[in-house]
Amino acid sequence: MKNMKLIYELSSKGRGGVRIPEDRISAEDIIPVELLRSELAELPEVSESEVVRHYTRLSRLNYSVDTHFYPLGSCTMKHNPRACEAAASLPELCETHPLWPQLRHGGLLTQGSLQLLYSLERMLSEITGLAEFTLQPLAGSHGELTAVMMMAAYHRDRGNKKTHIIIPDSAHGTNPASAALGGYEVVTIPSDASGDMDIDLFKAALNDETAGVMLTLPSTLGVFNPRVKEIIDAVHAVDGLMYYDGANFNAIMGRIKPGELGFDLCHLNLHKSFSTPHGGGGPGTGPVGVCEKLRPYLPISRVAKTKDGTCTLDYDFPKSIGYIAPFYGNFSILVRAYAYLLMLGREGLRGTSDRAVLNANYVQEKLRPHFTAVSPGRCLHECVFSGKSLGEGVHTLDLAKALLDRGYHAPTIYFPLNVPEAIMIEPTETETKETLDAFCADMIEIAELSKTDPAALHHAPVTTPVGRLNEVAAAKNMDLTYTGGAK
Amino acid sequence: MSHTSFACTSSFDEEAMLQAVGAESFDDLFSQIPADFQTDSFDVASGLSEMEMMQHIRKLARKNSSDLTNFCGAGFYDHFIPAAVNSLTSRGEFFTAYTPYQPEAAQGTLQAAYEYQTAIARLTGMEVSNASLYDGGTALFEGLMMALRITKRNRVLVDTGVSPIYRTMLRSYTRNLKIEYVEVPLSDGAADRAAFAEQLNDQVGAVLLQNPNFFGCLDDLTDLIEQVHAVKAVAVLSTYPIALGLVKTPGEMGADIVTGEGQSLGLPLSFGGPYLGFMATRKKLVRNMPGRIVGATQDDQGRRGFVLTLQAREQHIRREKAASNICTNTQLCALRSIIYLSLLGKQGFADVSRQCMDRAGYAWTRLNAIDGVEPLFDRPFFNEFAIKLPKDAGDVVSDLIEEGIAAGFPAGRYYEGMENVLLCAFTEKRTKMEIDILAAKLEAVL
Repeated sequence: MKNMKLIYELSSKGRGGVRIPEDRISAEDIIPVELLRSELAELPEVSESEVVRHYTRLSRLNYSVDTHFYPLGSCTMKHNPRACEAAASLPELCETHPLWPQLRHGGLLTQGSLQLLYSLERMLSEITGLAEFTLQPLAGSHGELTAVMMMAAYHRDRGNKKTHIIIPDSAHGTNPASAALGGYEVVTIPSDASGDMDIDLFKAALNDETAGVMLTLPSTLGVFNPRVKEIIDAVHAVDGLMYYDGANFNAIMGRIKPGELGFDLCHLNLHKSFSTPHGGGGPGTGPVGVCEKLRPYLPISRVAKTKDGTCTLDYDFPKSIGYIAPFYGNFSILVRAYAYLLMLGREGLRGTSDRAVLNANYVQEKLRPHFTAVSPGRCLHECVFSGKSLGEGVHTLDLAKALLDRGYHAPTIYFPLNVPEAIMIEPTETETKETLDAFCADMIEIAELSKTDPAALHHAPVTTPVGRLNEVAAAKNMDLTYTGGAK
Repeated sequence: MSHTSFACTSSFDEEAMLQAVGAESFDDLFSQIPADFQTDSFDVASGLSEMEMMQHIRKLARKNSSDLTNFCGAGFYDHFIPAAVNSLTSRGEFFTAYTPYQPEAAQGTLQAAYEYQTAIARLTGMEVSNASLYDGGTALFEGLMMALRITKRNRVLVDTGVSPIYRTMLRSYTRNLKIEYVEVPLSDGAADRAAFAEQLNDQVGAVLLQNPNFFGCLDDLTDLIEQVHAVKAVAVLSTYPIALGLVKTPGEMGADIVTGEGQSLGLPLSFGGPYLGFMATRKKLVRNMPGRIVGATQDDQGRRGFVLTLQAREQHIRREKAASNICTNTQLCALRSIIYLSLLGKQGFADVSRQCMDRAGYAWTRLNAIDGVEPLFDRPFFNEFAIKLPKDAGDVVSDLIEEGIAAGFPAGRYYEGMENVLLCAFTEKRTKMEIDILAAKLEAVL
């Protein structure tokens, strides 16, 4: 395929896309010349039709859930129902200014939006068994940071001297990074043979200076830690807090309430379990729920409901960690999640996790004879294999690229870090048996090919718009912006 | 169908699949989880059909008033969005894809991000940009942290012309870190040169400024940034991208790190999000920059392609030592903005900027001619300015809402002693007639 031009390379002097009204209503320019930029920014000069064709063609270079099976482990790439898009694009929801409810009597201007936020917050609290949620965090990692900030506020308030947070080595990198940004040292605990946090090493690390533990459940191996209660009790015994990383919530939705298990805080990735679109890498959103004793520390503002059913914004919480986002969260994403939950309903919660787990186990058992499964028994929402059983000289990366040639997005690879040559497959509930059968057949074909014709895999992918890209050169050359002119 | 889970398997499929995995039932699949951990008690209503759900949400939406004539800005503006922005970004190939971990299967996302980075660098007059952050406030905090990493110092000076919404966020974020956070009050609507001179020394790592500032005032910060550089501190400048169609760029003023809210570049106000944090810097500082960065490279046949690059800065590799905890960007919002900027183009973007300035210039004359109204600061401005009223601005706004007008934002909400100050913003969408009505209604309630 021929190289796609950049939008800047399509630019031609004097062209324009959108006509701007020409009327002037004031007599003169108000900005003194010394405050003006010396020349106009070199933005593209292209017609609307060129813009539409360019970005339509760019879109077609992507693999997406709409076009391809996308079993990217730990990312829950489920179908995004279009009804949620329709709900989020209602003009009365899109066109309201976030400061209106902060004007005097302004709450009535955005009553619908506030009521929606309140209802969603209550639903998430019920689903997780926690006392209250903040919908403000703008992504999963932002939710983690918000939670760590609440931990710090709690311990400060109690006069606790806490220095570190305990995190298993199988956790997403955002866990330790968020803990550090929240002011804590990180104590990393290795995994045991079954992929769970090593309980003896954990107990040895736990002490009075432990602020809390961040746990992903089921773990990134897709396995439920059977000793979770023991961990929770031990942490509470030193007045530490248990954090539930909701990255894998799709596995247990409608079956387990983290709050009832004893978790004190929890974030949910609405772009995973609650089906809001991944957007090519955001915007996500990561609401955080807390147990009763942590409510005073929630960020402001908080949405409250008065006796007559009117919703208002409350700011008067002296122990709050303060603002963590400019407003009330990624509102239009929250609308999508709310719409999704309304349609899912009580039965759909468990209906979802049941089928996500069935699909993952189905793939695991079909592939087990051909790859080394990490789990000897059942998995939950995702299954993890090691690519070490591939033919000599063939790596997980080669398998991933070969899958692209066969019309699938690749699984997550080389994560979790504690599995050599990891292949992490999360089919989600929104795939047919036929798709899973075809995917497994192709996986098996590649495994066989790795032994009979490894060279064929080293050249993959050959059907994509570009072949394997030189990432070393990219980091060395640092070509991060186009510096050329128009064509 | 007994449930609405959007699953795709029939009960026949499920029976066969359960058998294939050796499970008797769905419950059996979860046997690794102790039974007493599990619950079936969820106080959630039964699922709605799509039609019922839409009826429910429409009913809620109708409780909002979206037809006010809006002069409320304060950092978040009601600009026109060409139809092609929505049409292109709602292509499923863009919005149902994820992080470009497999670059060969994500060239659309990656190239668009590279084009976006180029546009942000050109708008701000800087050399490089990242692929976007969450919003303008978190971007400013990331800029602060980046400056402290570069200087290995821990004191931050913040001009109070920086959005008070962002400053409350900065205070929350810095509280648990070993950071000395110092605010420097404005002097007559501008950053106070003398006060900064007094505070600047070799302990200061970062100086946070905003142009145009919260009150809409424009300033040439070149001299202040020189002062910052004289003590080897890093200047972080938050800006409003529509203004950059016309006004002197942060790059021209010598800023080291530029951040801002990109909502005005083709994103609806959407009651607060999702928005678009942007960040640009100089090439020599790029290894300290947080967030995803896209770079151009070549494939095995010498064809141009794009990849995520400089990933050694990021959390999935560095974990607790990473430049930031940020995992994702706000790719779909960045896509909206590059499409918006491409549609407007070089001249069109400057024209939008000029239209905003034009409306604000007219309104300045009209509003300040009202008896009892006077400018808060007599300084150059772009599309927003503050006026002093003879009575409480909150009451005035409340009165004008009755007339279908959101007259502005009362500054007293964030600034002590400014109870009578109203901040009014003007975009290309506001007409002469709307401004005349604002002036007349304002005059009537004073």
